[in-house]
Amino acid sequence: MEKFIVHSGTAVPLRRSNVDTDQIIPAEYLKRITRHGFEDGLFSAWRQDPDFVLNRPHHAEATILVAGPDFGTGSSREHAVWALQDYGFAVVISSRFADIFRGNSGKGGLLTAEVEHAVVEALWEAIEADPTLEVTVDLEQREVRAGALVAGFDVDDYVRWRLMEGLDDIGITLQYADDIDAFEAARPSWKPTTVAVI
Amino acid sequence: MGRTLAEKVWDDHVVRRAEGEPDLLYIDLHLVHEVTSPQAFDGLRATGRSVRRPDLTLATEDHNVPTLDIDKPIADPISAAQVDALRRNCAEFGVPVYSLGSRDQGIVHVVGPQLGLTQPGMTVVCGDSHTSTHGAFGALAFGIGTSEVEHVLATQTLPLKPFKTMAITVEGDLPAGVTAKDVILAVIAEIGTGGGQGYVLEYRGSAIRSLSMEGRMTICNMSIEAGARAGMVAPDETTFEYIKGRPHAPQRADWDEAVAYWSTLRTDDDAVFDAEVVIDATTLSPYVTWGTNPGQGLPLSASVPSPSDAKDEVDRIAIERALDYMGLEPGMALRDISVDTVFIGSCTNGRIEDLRAAADVLRGRRVSEGVRMLVVPGSVRVRLQAMEEGLDTVFTEAGAEWREAGCSMCLAMNPDKLAPGERSASTSNRNFEGRQGPGGRTHLVSPQVAAATAVAGHLASPADLAPVA
Repeated sequence: MEKFIVHSGTAVPLRRSNVDTDQIIPAEYLKRITRHGFEDGLFSAWRQDPDFVLNRPHHAEATILVAGPDFGTGSSREHAVWALQDYGFAVVISSRFADIFRGNSGKGGLLTAEVEHAVVEALWEAIEADPTLEVTVDLEQREVRAGALVAGFDVDDYVRWRLMEGLDDIGITLQYADDIDAFEAARPSWKPTTVAVI
Repeated sequence: MGRTLAEKVWDDHVVRRAEGEPDLLYIDLHLVHEVTSPQAFDGLRATGRSVRRPDLTLATEDHNVPTLDIDKPIADPISAAQVDALRRNCAEFGVPVYSLGSRDQGIVHVVGPQLGLTQPGMTVVCGDSHTSTHGAFGALAFGIGTSEVEHVLATQTLPLKPFKTMAITVEGDLPAGVTAKDVILAVIAEIGTGGGQGYVLEYRGSAIRSLSMEGRMTICNMSIEAGARAGMVAPDETTFEYIKGRPHAPQRADWDEAVAYWSTLRTDDDAVFDAEVVIDATTLSPYVTWGTNPGQGLPLSASVPSPSDAKDEVDRIAIERALDYMGLEPGMALRDISVDTVFIGSCTNGRIEDLRAAADVLRGRRVSEGVRMLVVPGSVRVRLQAMEEGLDTVFTEAGAEWREAGCSMCLAMNPDKLAPGERSASTSNRNFEGRQGPGGRTHLVSPQVAAATAVAGHLASPADLAPVA
């Protein structure tokens, strides 16, 4: 995974709350067995509307999505993270994220920056006033900067460290194989296994 | 200080704890299905890793599978390729899989409990948000993403930050005609789709204790729709009775040892929850959703809300969008909403008691002219049990379609879909835009309300129907 320290780019104001993962990528796209190429599925129902904010030409190069509260609710599909990344997003800013989506984002290297809702509103207004406005998301300083606006954001300390180091979770865990062995040796023998019983 | 049920189960699974790091938690059961696993198995191959405990891992095919003609090859080539990939991956990595045609195939969250694999005090994960279902047994069960699926396959553990705990106490007797589904829809309407965020919900109180295991599963299943990671009910005699004698239940001396442990799995009297919600069961009535998220629910006797009822600007925009998508006018009685389709099934309400409840309403009645009704059992075993009880005949004689097991129209990854603009009453768990097919409109309901709605042609409860002659 690439290291994430600071990111600057233009942003898209998505004035919606409760953006569930079925909207981010509908189930139809989940039949694929590959890890990349999900950009066509991103918000596919909403993108059929020519006026949808993502279809506006001045947002074509945007890399930061600014959305209303409860972003990423619903299904656990990590494809939602992949679709956002494949489309070109590196950061989502919202006032509240659903837990599983947030966890998946951290694994995949998509930064979810949680800010006060007033900051979301201020960003929406600033971006709508000037779609070319450069927004900087600084993970080291935990800060969003856009023009005169400077606001802190919340991110889990451990996720922040992993993103800044570009570390792979499985590699970290495998260092503790001895601990896992010891735990397994002490498990009660009556715990079920999935081996078929006649 | 005492501990909550969730904290006890958590503590019993900590492999490693270090300051400033997430706990490393051991996973007792990892359920796998075709949609969220292919990229995880690819990851293992790319890194030369194996599945650490295939004997604690179980796969089944559910999301994509057709509910008709299952003896023929899957018609959709992309679905077929995904199911094939699961079979190949399971063969290569030694993971047991219940494939289409097997007696144990079905929706992953129906299969685990019916095999007796889901037991109190376990940690259960699956690349599926409705893994919260298994919490009904007092297990700590939660949905994970594909990266985490790969992590569990490789290590049988997950690094996790402790969840907060919330007590949802439902006290009192549920009025006649009020089901577990109505309870959970009322809970979500009360706390909102983000209300449970970061929490494990523990459902408590006399109304919860009086529910069957299947009712408890319905409630825990939809914990995720309130934003929670998991839902739990403390195990009791009802739980033990349900597990006893199932294929993977502990036997003889093991059973006694297991029950002794399971009996310790309750929240201590002096434990403190991070949050608490109390609901008076006696005030509840059948609930239905009117909007496009599961928190947008109301009693069936209510009317479609107006944007002017909104508590704030964000809520006002959400109501406006939902009304527009659902094609509804404020003030319209919910009972006046006509439907094209009724869907009975899913990991929320696709178990035998759900089918019995729906059949009880349909016996001697007919599905309304122009309404399509699909009955999709949650598993092959549920289907066979229903047929043994003659429920399939009740459904087909009423004019409903009796299908094979799978997720089906809950998420429309197989051919069972709503057409654009079509409206359903559905016993599933999500009324998101396009969830049951692009442009489709979903009202979430209990099996009883679904069946009554099929007869009436509009949202209705069994009490609204004329008595059977």
